[in-house]
Amino acid sequence: MSTTETAGPPRTPHGDLAVVGAGPAGLAAAVAAAERGLAVVVVDAGTQPGGQYWRHPDEQAEAGLGPHADAEELPAHPVGQHDWQVYVRLRERFDALRSAGAIAHVPGAQVWFVERTGGAEREGWRLRTSPTVEPDDRVPAEVTATALVLCPGGYDRQLPVAGWDLPGVMAAGGVQALLKGHGSLAGRRAVVAGTGPFLLPVAAGLAEAGAEVLGVCEANAVTGWARQLGGAAQSPRKGLDAVGYVRTMLAHRIPYRQRTVVTAIGGRDQVESVTTARLGRDGTVVPGSERTAAVDLVALGWGFTPSLELVTAVGADTRVDVDDSLVAVVDDDQRSTVPGVYVAGEATGVGGAALALLEGELAGLAAAADLGRDTSPIGSRRLRGGIRRGRAFARAMHRAHPVPATWTSWLTPETLVCRCEEVDVATVRRARDELGGGDFRTAKLLTRTGMGWCQGRVCGFATALLAAEDAGRGLTVEDLRPTSKRTLGTPLSLGRLADLAEVPAGQIPLDLEPSDPADR
Amino acid sequence: MTVVGRSVLRTADVVVVGAGAVGAACAYFAARAGLRVVVLDRGPVAGGTSSAGEGNLLLSDKEPGPELDLALLSSRVWTTDLAEHGHHWEYEAKGGLVVGDDAAGQAALEAFAVHQRAAGIEAVVVAHDDLPAYEPHLNRDVAGGVFYAQDAQVQPMLLTAHLLRLARGLGAQVVTGSEVTGFLRDGERVTGVRTRTGQVSADAVINASGTWSGEVARLAGVDLPVLPRRGFVLVTQPLPPLVRHKVYGAGYVADVASSDEALQTSPVVEGTPSGTILVGASRERVGFDRTPSLPVLARLAAAAAALFPVLRDASLIRAYAGFRPYCPDHLPVLGPDPRAPGLWHACGHEGAGIGLSVGTGHLLAQALTGVTPEVDLHPFRPERFEPTGTPATEELAGAH
Amino acid sequence: MPTDGRGAPGPRVPFTLDGRPLSARPGQSVGAALTDAGVRSWRTTRRREKPRGLFCGIGVCFDCLIEVDGRPDQRACLTPVQPGMRLRTGAPEEWT
Repeated sequence: MSTTETAGPPRTPHGDLAVVGAGPAGLAAAVAAAERGLAVVVVDAGTQPGGQYWRHPDEQAEAGLGPHADAEELPAHPVGQHDWQVYVRLRERFDALRSAGAIAHVPGAQVWFVERTGGAEREGWRLRTSPTVEPDDRVPAEVTATALVLCPGGYDRQLPVAGWDLPGVMAAGGVQALLKGHGSLAGRRAVVAGTGPFLLPVAAGLAEAGAEVLGVCEANAVTGWARQLGGAAQSPRKGLDAVGYVRTMLAHRIPYRQRTVVTAIGGRDQVESVTTARLGRDGTVVPGSERTAAVDLVALGWGFTPSLELVTAVGADTRVDVDDSLVAVVDDDQRSTVPGVYVAGEATGVGGAALALLEGELAGLAAAADLGRDTSPIGSRRLRGGIRRGRAFARAMHRAHPVPATWTSWLTPETLVCRCEEVDVATVRRARDELGGGDFRTAKLLTRTGMGWCQGRVCGFATALLAAEDAGRGLTVEDLRPTSKRTLGTPLSLGRLADLAEVPAGQIPLDLEPSDPADR
Repeated sequence: MTVVGRSVLRTADVVVVGAGAVGAACAYFAARAGLRVVVLDRGPVAGGTSSAGEGNLLLSDKEPGPELDLALLSSRVWTTDLAEHGHHWEYEAKGGLVVGDDAAGQAALEAFAVHQRAAGIEAVVVAHDDLPAYEPHLNRDVAGGVFYAQDAQVQPMLLTAHLLRLARGLGAQVVTGSEVTGFLRDGERVTGVRTRTGQVSADAVINASGTWSGEVARLAGVDLPVLPRRGFVLVTQPLPPLVRHKVYGAGYVADVASSDEALQTSPVVEGTPSGTILVGASRERVGFDRTPSLPVLARLAAAAAALFPVLRDASLIRAYAGFRPYCPDHLPVLGPDPRAPGLWHACGHEGAGIGLSVGTGHLLAQALTGVTPEVDLHPFRPERFEPTGTPATEELAGAH
Repeated sequence: MPTDGRGAPGPRVPFTLDGRPLSARPGQSVGAALTDAGVRSWRTTRRREKPRGLFCGIGVCFDCLIEVDGRPDQRACLTPVQPGMRLRTGAPEEWT
């Protein structure tokens, strides 16, 4: 198997298995498969393994480490990390397999297209890749493999609110990424808002780094959390994590305001204030409960949106999960509905790192078994049990942290839905009510929401909700699939695509005799 | 607003099957002529053929003949009857610049333009040295071009949605999510349609189902050879206005009429009011296969880069595929179907349906209300593909 | 006023923003370095001319685009600062 670790123009790495993503699921999948004898190529948009969950400062710059640092050289307790020892142990195995040539690591590479190979070539898949950050001549143009494990992770799900386009409003995960990856504090005086347990570590991280956190606004009432979760005992580590965050929040005197939402964000050129309000039992804003506070940072997160571009690109079936996310349909061994394609982690249902690790490992084992390697049925059974418990936990968590059905009631007509194309709520509603834009795709094509740089990654969910709002129906696969279908998985320079043309432009026939009508 | 699922009207003068650009135009002009109209579509507004094109209103690629007559009529409708509504669908009279790669290509273009001028098209030859005044970023190696001031552009989704809105204002009803599953018959006669949730009686049913028109015709027991031709379009990031007109290589003119089963790719590059630049016009006969084809996308990109080298550094943020409904003789099918009286067709416009939609609607409304259509519908008649019928091509040849 | 999550002293990587000299910690992204320098926006939207900076912070939203060493529309949140890097706000020169 070829690797990219030698100097010179990168060749096409080929593996039995290509793993896309090097977060918890991807790392676990790659290690499991490589330890069972598969040649594995790991393609990752990040520059170093870990994904969003284990994002950490640049290893080379930070510790003066070489390009392929040993795991034991990693910092002992990087800022804001959880389960760091799990990472270090996984990383040791990953690095050992990489040194042994069983894993080829292709960092800093985005997959912009996936296609089948066959015919004269080996049956399998070709991933067309481009550098995450240009220029980067270490990144190969493509990676080929017999089978794929897709572990693309996800990103913060967002709901629009007046003023959310001001600088100083950030996705909660972005605030976390600045802290964990770069040691940067996004603001001095912050409110963290939305729903879900992930808001807690963000608030805790900010406070530990020295910011004043005025509060965590949780849209739902989670007093019955433990009960909702059917007993945290089902997944004890998760429970302990949450307790840990709560301890930090208490230590820093961060108020946890339940049934509270951000209804508006104010400021001229950046965030200057935030208005919060209490929700009554019916989900509507309690009159008179609005409070406005001076802040310079608002961190927002409404759960997560799994990245489904590659899942839809290979033609795998999808479904709507409990949290209204579009996710891949997988069987008990993480096989998608497309033979040779496995999916693990958030893309099969948002469930956090612990679950992603189990799914990744199982996917790696299943791929190895399907490609004729010996695997232990006992190991797979144990993983399946863990995954079942993890899924049950995730479902309970999603049920405890839904997007309030009333979220559109505090929007103003001028609130932007689409940040890229600057399409406001009034425009989307008008298209729905007057022009037939009653689903995401039609609304998009009528208003340009979701048609800008991010291609609906940020506004797709909210637009789908707004479009369906009037019909009073829930989201369906038909609503959500167009929010994830992207022929080009990432933006790509036209020149890079042009260079793949098999026919030089000058040789495209330009025959221009007025055609003989008899030929028509 | 549009009704989803079930028509509240049980009878109408006209039922239009298909809420795309052509169906919307038929509905609008029929409603304007005083007819009671119901539009039915199995999907949403413009969910099929119309949403996946570029919105070309081209005269430049038409050679003299019935299609050009329809295009000239459409051009007049766009700029007179519908002029006051143009802003709703981003009507832009930007003009088209067709360029010749080399001296031979330019000579062929100019010869083509002579024919077109005789038929009433404005076509101005642009010498090599005058090209930068038209397109500052155009490749300096291009030999020359011909400028067509009448070429224009609209946003097809907005066109369709607003035509339907205007039709509703005139009393039409638009029902989406309502699939036509069969026809009501009285002997040979078509007397309405059946849907999953009911039926609508009508004196006339217009099949405006775009690429799927053959299937709808089959429900009435008639054969209509409308087939899909796949086209990909690339979309760049929003950019300042780098490309001012519709610019395309001469190959496109030949491609439109090509009966070659292989891929036809020639560059059509144009800006849009939103700042994106569209690169389009691949044409392939591969059935209803939507699988993105990298070789085709790459050829489109290469062709665009050859015309506008500055675009090499622009990011492509999207690509989409659509199906252009074509007939074997590359003419649309317009008018009443004598094989199933009461059934009318307005389909098969290939890649020109957006541009030709309004002329089509205008003509069908005339025919439906007993007015002699301004453009003779005979060359477009539905039964022309029957073995016993007169092939349109013979008459076409006779017209020359 | 620079903010620094850890306040750690150490080597600095020099770069410029519209000619203004700034510095980053080794390995930091452009977005993080600008955040530490108190710069919160470096782009103006096309339609409403509103300021934009970091939003998603992980390469998804493309709000933080900036011209880096003459290359337009780079994601500040993902691009590591390199010594002597020239960042430029405003419309990219290439498209004018």
